[in-house]
Amino acid sequence: MTTGIIGRKLGMTRVFAEDGTAVPVTVIEAGPCQVVQVRMADVQLGFGVKRPIRTTKAELGHAKKAGLDAAPHVIRTFQVAGDAPAAGSTVTVQMFAPGELVKVTGTSKGRGFQGVVHRHGFAGGPASHGNTRHRKPGSISPGTDPSRVIKGKKMPGHQGARRHTELGLRVVRIDSERNLLFVRGAVPGSKNGIVMVAKQGGPSRHD
Amino acid sequence: MDRIAKLNREGLRTDIPVFAPGDTLKVMVRVREGDKERLQAFEGVCVGRRGGGINENFTVRKVSASIGVERIFPLHSPTIATIEVTRRGQVRRAKLYYLARLSGKSARIKEKRDK
Repeated sequence: MTTGIIGRKLGMTRVFAEDGTAVPVTVIEAGPCQVVQVRMADVQLGFGVKRPIRTTKAELGHAKKAGLDAAPHVIRTFQVAGDAPAAGSTVTVQMFAPGELVKVTGTSKGRGFQGVVHRHGFAGGPASHGNTRHRKPGSISPGTDPSRVIKGKKMPGHQGARRHTELGLRVVRIDSERNLLFVRGAVPGSKNGIVMVAKQGGPSRHD
Repeated sequence: MDRIAKLNREGLRTDIPVFAPGDTLKVMVRVREGDKERLQAFEGVCVGRRGGGINENFTVRKVSASIGVERIFPLHSPTIATIEVTRRGQVRRAKLYYLARLSGKSARIKEKRDK
């Protein structure tokens, strides 16, 4: 068994619980993933199919070794829990059960170059009464002493489009027929973005 | 085809009657008391419908003990047992927010006549 699976974020919707509460969920098309390679402590999983024209011979050879016909679209590595699966076997959403906690890793939506108000949640200045420090960061440091800006100072810059892991999301429903995973809450990235879903112990921040 | 839209359609209820703002509705709500479940009626005028698909809501206004009460229901929620249209109203607006300002005779709604 692997600890996780590769999927594609389909988008968000809501499902109604039996007591009528509306649960916001993200739908992830998770797997089926082929085991491409088994190593010492981890396992390479493949998801989707890469077009032959886009496949290098090295990738194809690597996939053929596992008994696959085509190279997968994405390959990610997961740790093994318990017995390692055999190369060429498949991992499906059935590895998860409703109620379980998972963490979802993906590339967050890119926001471009953002100022300090949007990027770090600075308060900004007053809008009027002769004020001109509307969205400026203000002072970034003391003066002569220390004569430098401390490292890690929050400043404007590129926001988003980074790897992010959202922890403690609860599995609401699985649909093994269509390989769908319903996870409570939001998941990093845009629709059709590739995400990794892995099991997680410990408490959830989202309940 | 948007797969989320397709999924949403599966969650839709098919037993919802056709109703519009101005109609008088009798909404039977499932109420949980301890481990017992019973039905509670909420009867009033539909003031508006909002949203679409699985996210559609509707607002029902009733005057209870001379206090106006508006309740918003998710249309496809399982807490709604049944919706019954008791009267069709003739109104010229999609949202009847003006009803909150009115009381007594002026808050009446004309009954819709079939042409």
